[in-house]
Amino acid sequence: MTDLTRLTIAEAREKLRGKEITATELTDAYVKAIDQANATFNAYVATTPEKAREMAKASDARLARGDGGALEGIPLGIKDLFATEGVHTQACSHVLDGFEPRYESTVTANLWADGAVMLGKLNMDEFAMGSSNETSYYGPVINPWRRSRTETVVMPTTHQGDGGFVASGGARTARSYDNMQLVPGGSSGGSAAAVSAFLCAGATATDTGGSIRQPAAFTGTVGIKPTYGRVSRWGTVAFASSLDQAGPIARDVRDAAILLKSMASVDAKDTTSVDLPVPDYEAAIGKSVKGMKIGIPKEYRVDGMPEDIEALWQKGIAWLRDAGAEIVDISLPHTKYALPAYYIVAPAEASSNLARYDGVRYGLRVPGKDIIEMYENTRAAGFGREVKRRIMIGTYVLSAGYYDAYYLQAQKVRTLIKRDFELAFAAGVDVILTPATPSAAFGVADEDMAADPVKMYLNDIFTVTVNMAGLPGIAVPAGLDGHGLPLGLQLIGRPFDEETLFQTAHVIEQAAGRFQPDKWW
Amino acid sequence: MSVDLKTVKRVAHLARIAVSEDDAQRMTGELNAILGFVEQLNEVDVTGVEPMTSVTPMEMKKRVDAVTDGNKAADIVANAPATDENFFLVPKVVE
Repeated sequence: MTDLTRLTIAEAREKLRGKEITATELTDAYVKAIDQANATFNAYVATTPEKAREMAKASDARLARGDGGALEGIPLGIKDLFATEGVHTQACSHVLDGFEPRYESTVTANLWADGAVMLGKLNMDEFAMGSSNETSYYGPVINPWRRSRTETVVMPTTHQGDGGFVASGGARTARSYDNMQLVPGGSSGGSAAAVSAFLCAGATATDTGGSIRQPAAFTGTVGIKPTYGRVSRWGTVAFASSLDQAGPIARDVRDAAILLKSMASVDAKDTTSVDLPVPDYEAAIGKSVKGMKIGIPKEYRVDGMPEDIEALWQKGIAWLRDAGAEIVDISLPHTKYALPAYYIVAPAEASSNLARYDGVRYGLRVPGKDIIEMYENTRAAGFGREVKRRIMIGTYVLSAGYYDAYYLQAQKVRTLIKRDFELAFAAGVDVILTPATPSAAFGVADEDMAADPVKMYLNDIFTVTVNMAGLPGIAVPAGLDGHGLPLGLQLIGRPFDEETLFQTAHVIEQAAGRFQPDKWW
Repeated sequence: MSVDLKTVKRVAHLARIAVSEDDAQRMTGELNAILGFVEQLNEVDVTGVEPMTSVTPMEMKKRVDAVTDGNKAADIVANAPATDENFFLVPKVVE
C-alpha cells in the first residue's frame, strides 16, 4: 500500500472524494507516523489522536453523504500559538502552564468548519520569538534535512604488477550524511518540520518578522505570510499586533493556496481584519506570468551572502524570464533599516502584549510576599531568556524620555520602508523576487548565534521588510546548497494580491521541482 | 545610547521581572548589543515623515454598542491559578 502521508492535500482531497481512501485511514497513517517519529523531531508538543479520529469519522460521514468541505478529512498540525478549545495552548511558554482555552481561534474554527482534522499542537519558539525554534520551553525541533556530502570513495583494489603490489583506484560516488542536528528555523519550526517530515498534511503558522517564510526555506516547504488584515488574529496569542499574520506551511504551492483560502476570512472579532472577500487562490495556479514585471531589488545583495544563494537568485530570475516575465532592477533604499526598526517596534508591542501574563488569570503563579513580588517572581520563572530580553528592550524604548528617540523614529522609518515598496509597485512592478534567507539551516546550539542575539536576528533580514510594510510574501523552495540543504526564494506582492504570489511561485516550483528529505528516521 | 546596570534593574522592575545580580549583568551586555544595532536608525533623515500608525490604510471598524456576549464567568476563571466563586484570588493589595 502506498504511504498515505506522502499525498499532498490536493491529492488526498481527490482520493477522499473519489472514495479511494477514507479520512479515518488517512488520519491513522499520520497518527502512526507521529507516534513513530515525534521523539526524533520534537515537532508536536501535544497530540490529540482521539480527537483526530473523532473528527475523521465525522468527515467520513460527510464525505459519504457527498457534502464534504474544502478540507474534508485533511489532517493538519496547529502551531501552539492558536487557541484550540480544551487543548494545550501555551505559545510554548512556561508562563502559560496548563492553559486550555474555553474558546477557539478564528483561524482554526475556519479550518474545522471546512472539515479539517486536528492532529495536535506544534512546537515553536516561545511566544514566536526566535529564528531557530530553540527558545521553546519544550526544547528545540530537529530539521528532517541533514547535510550530505557527495563523495568520491576510492575503493582500493590491488593487483600484482612488476616487482610487487600496486594499488589502483576503483572510484564510486556515495552520499553520506553528517549527523549534526540542524534547526528547522523559527518561530514556526514545529510546523515546518512536521510538514517536511510527513507528520501532517499541512500546518498553520504565524509570521511576525519571517516566522513562516524562514522555516519554510530551511525545510524545503512552501510558506506564505498574507497581507496584514487578510487572516483574523482573533484567538491567536499576540506577539507584535501590528506585524503578526497567520498563514500556512505546506508541501507545495497548490496546498498553500488551498489552506490559505480556508484560513482567511472577514472577522468582526478582529478590528484589523479587512473587509474584502477571500478569492479562490487555487484558481491562480497554472496561469502564465507572461508580460509580468518582476522587480529585483539591489539592496538584497548583502555582504557575506553565500554564493549558493546568489546563484539560486539568478536561477529564479532566469526561470521567470524564460516563462515570459520582464525582469527589472529596482531599488528599495531603506531595506537595511528594516531589521533595526523591527527590533524597536516588535519588542515595544510585545512588552505591552505580554503584560497580561501576571499569574492572576491563567497559567503559572509563583508566590511572593506581596502582589508585585508575585508578578515579578511569576514572570521571572515563566518567561525564557529571549522573551525577557525583548520585553526589557520594549519596556526601555517605551519608557519616559526614550519614546521619541526610539519608538517614534522607528515608526517614521517604517513609513519610509513601506514607501519604497509603494514606489516600486507604482512604477509597474507586479512582484518582487529576493532570496528568502541569507543562509541554509544551521546547527542546533550554534555558538556564534548563542553568543550574540543580533546574529540570530539577521536570519530575518530578507523577510522582515515585508512585515514592516504589511505586504504578502511567499517562500518557495528553489534548490539545494552544496551540502544538499534546501534553499528558498521569496516573492513579495502588492497588498491583498496573494493570487499573483501563488501564480508566480508555481512557475518557480515547476522549474525547480519539489524537495523532500531522504528518510533517515 | 547604552544602558548601565542601574537602568537595567529599573527597567526590569517596570517590566515586573525579578532579576538576580547575575541576570542584570548579563542583560546589560545583551541590551547594549541590541541598542548598538538599532543606533543606525539615527542616520535616516525623517524630516516631514509621518510615523506609521496603521500598515493598511483603513477605517477602524466599530461594532454596534450592544451586548453580544456574556454569562461566561466560569469560563473566564477556568484557567486561573486561584479563584473563589468566580473571583480571581490575589495576595492582599489593600491593608
